[in-house]
Amino acid sequence: MIALSQKQRRVFSQIALTAAAWSVAFIIFFPILWMVLTSFKTELEAFATPPSLFFSPTLENYQEVFGRSDYMHYAWNSVVISMGATLLGMLLAVPAAYAMAFYETKRTQSTLLWMLSTKMLPPVGVLVPIYLLFKESGLLDTRTGLILIYTLINLPIMVWMIYTYFKEIPKDILEACRMDGATLGQEISRVLLPMCKGGLASTVLLSLILCWNEAFWSLNLTAANAAPLTALIASYSSPEGLFWAKLSAVSTLACAPILIFGWISQKQLVRGLSFGAVK
Amino acid sequence: MTFKTTFSALTLGLTASLMTHAATTVTIGTVNNGDMIRMQKLSQAFEAQHPDIRLEWVVLEENVLRQRLTTDIATQGGQFDVMTIGMYEAPIWGEKGWLTPMTDLPADYDLNDVFPAVRNGLSAKGTLYALPFYGESSMTFYRKDLFDAAGLSMPRQPTWSQMMTFARTLHKPDQGQYGICLRGKAGWGENMALMTTIANTFGARWFDEQWKPEFTGPEWTEAVKFYVDLLGQYGPPGASSNGFNENLALFNSGKCAMWVDATVAGSFVSDASQSKVAGKVGFALAPKQVTDKGAGWLWAWALAVPVSSDAKDAATTFVTWATSKAYSDLVAEKYGIANVPPGTRQSTYDNPEYMKAAPFAAMTLEAMSKANPKDKTLKPAPYVGVQFAAIPEFQAIASQVGKLIAGALAGSMPVERALQSAQNITLREMKRARYYASR
Repeated sequence: MIALSQKQRRVFSQIALTAAAWSVAFIIFFPILWMVLTSFKTELEAFATPPSLFFSPTLENYQEVFGRSDYMHYAWNSVVISMGATLLGMLLAVPAAYAMAFYETKRTQSTLLWMLSTKMLPPVGVLVPIYLLFKESGLLDTRTGLILIYTLINLPIMVWMIYTYFKEIPKDILEACRMDGATLGQEISRVLLPMCKGGLASTVLLSLILCWNEAFWSLNLTAANAAPLTALIASYSSPEGLFWAKLSAVSTLACAPILIFGWISQKQLVRGLSFGAVK
Repeated sequence: MTFKTTFSALTLGLTASLMTHAATTVTIGTVNNGDMIRMQKLSQAFEAQHPDIRLEWVVLEENVLRQRLTTDIATQGGQFDVMTIGMYEAPIWGEKGWLTPMTDLPADYDLNDVFPAVRNGLSAKGTLYALPFYGESSMTFYRKDLFDAAGLSMPRQPTWSQMMTFARTLHKPDQGQYGICLRGKAGWGENMALMTTIANTFGARWFDEQWKPEFTGPEWTEAVKFYVDLLGQYGPPGASSNGFNENLALFNSGKCAMWVDATVAGSFVSDASQSKVAGKVGFALAPKQVTDKGAGWLWAWALAVPVSSDAKDAATTFVTWATSKAYSDLVAEKYGIANVPPGTRQSTYDNPEYMKAAPFAAMTLEAMSKANPKDKTLKPAPYVGVQFAAIPEFQAIASQVGKLIAGALAGSMPVERALQSAQNITLREMKRARYYASR
């Protein structure tokens, strides 16, 4: 009798846990689901109160977006800027994290904290100086300019993440490599990086996602040439007139590539983020 | 032969490339309004007429555009050749020497056809700095069917007290029908535009002749209390988060018996493709109270050329085209005469076809002609602007005051405390800007 009730309790707790997990997942996913649903409504339906769950879907918003804007131009800018900033960030973050993880000095911890503290400054506080610097160096409305600024924004997080992964690698392994005659390059490329593959992949993915979604600098430093998808989304918000359905359609189109990319690589992302969590 | 072919191809390619480079690129920063989107679509006709000018569009949300354009023009960034600005920015930026004066316009532009109030609103010290694309005032929209059913009749210009009575009669929240919809969302261009016009009619003003704010005076107190009572009791739930678009959606879906807002909404509420109440809407002037001065606001979206532009001539050519009579004719031809940019030219309203196609046109014309940015308050005021004061500090001050009034509407603080805070904030900002030291 007791055994049965324990079993029942276990089943019930499993059901409750599963239901809770699904509820949390649904709550997190709901805004995206609502955005996609709204993108298939007419403007009047999109604004209706109470909101309608059942409606006859229309593609008119997508037609409007493709008819009015050069989607591919914005998408290509997003791809180039995100990948460029991630690549440049990795090139800088890996050596920095290596030096900090394996050649720690008394100032390493304070340097890491200082790097992170730059993330605490509201971006608008440095808008005018950055704008002037970009203007003087001809970087306004260029993809190079955005790659540089995104690299600088994400560098502290990238260094921190990679530093944490490197710290998980026992120094003895690297010493053994050196004893075997490996050069610094071989030590990093053949031993260290393969051992942190999951962690590095998740850093790359996180950087890509952060770059893809960044809106403040892309709106303020670009005009017609280098504007990415975030700028395209902003162009569909209207002060006078209904715009929710069209805004949802363009947001769906902007989210879709990175959502699919995240879906494909979620295994790497989860593995990387939980790397070293359980010893 | 192969060499010749290659050489010819290279020459042709180089020529084509040089021709492409010879075209002047004009970058236009604008907002996503129906009229602006039509301009973007019709600009192909302009490019066909001017093959040496290539247009690039940067369309942004209004607040983002304001921030973006302000940063660019203040730092002389030169990212934009044409800027979409309003009546608030034009005189301030013009006076600072940031905008190219709109002089030497072609004879067929007919500047005298543009409403004098709009022209004056876009000028500083007698010099015009932007050409108006479309203009608007505010007016009252009401449901004729509901008024008829309740045996009510809307005067040509109601008083706010009458509006309260109508709203009380028509407020039936259990049937999803609210007596009145008004702007409640905080923002200098949102709730403060409406609130300032209400305050004007109650005899209030933003500043006295010495630039001292008057929020703690009886006029402001009465006006804000009235607004909070009216919208709180007979408005839709959550009114403090409703701006133009939210109220438009409520009105178009048949949930508001009355609405006081921009005249430009006339075309939206009359359009059966987006309004369930098209054909049932009546129009009246914006309500008055102790005075009708400043009852309806005055605003224009205009196109200006910054001095930092490196393509001023091409940009001016475009601006002249987009605000010309010929452009209005093109809109009429392609989208129907009711979609012609409203509120800028007398000739639009002299056209009987337009007056017939746009049922809101007569009221718009009357509202536009009544609005006077230089004489909008019962007592004299030192500033220009009906629903704003055209001084650089206003945007920051009114944004904060807007939050306080939205807070009072939401019930988070009493009206008197909100107004006392508004008084303190405004005094502090005006002191900082040295209005009292220098005057």
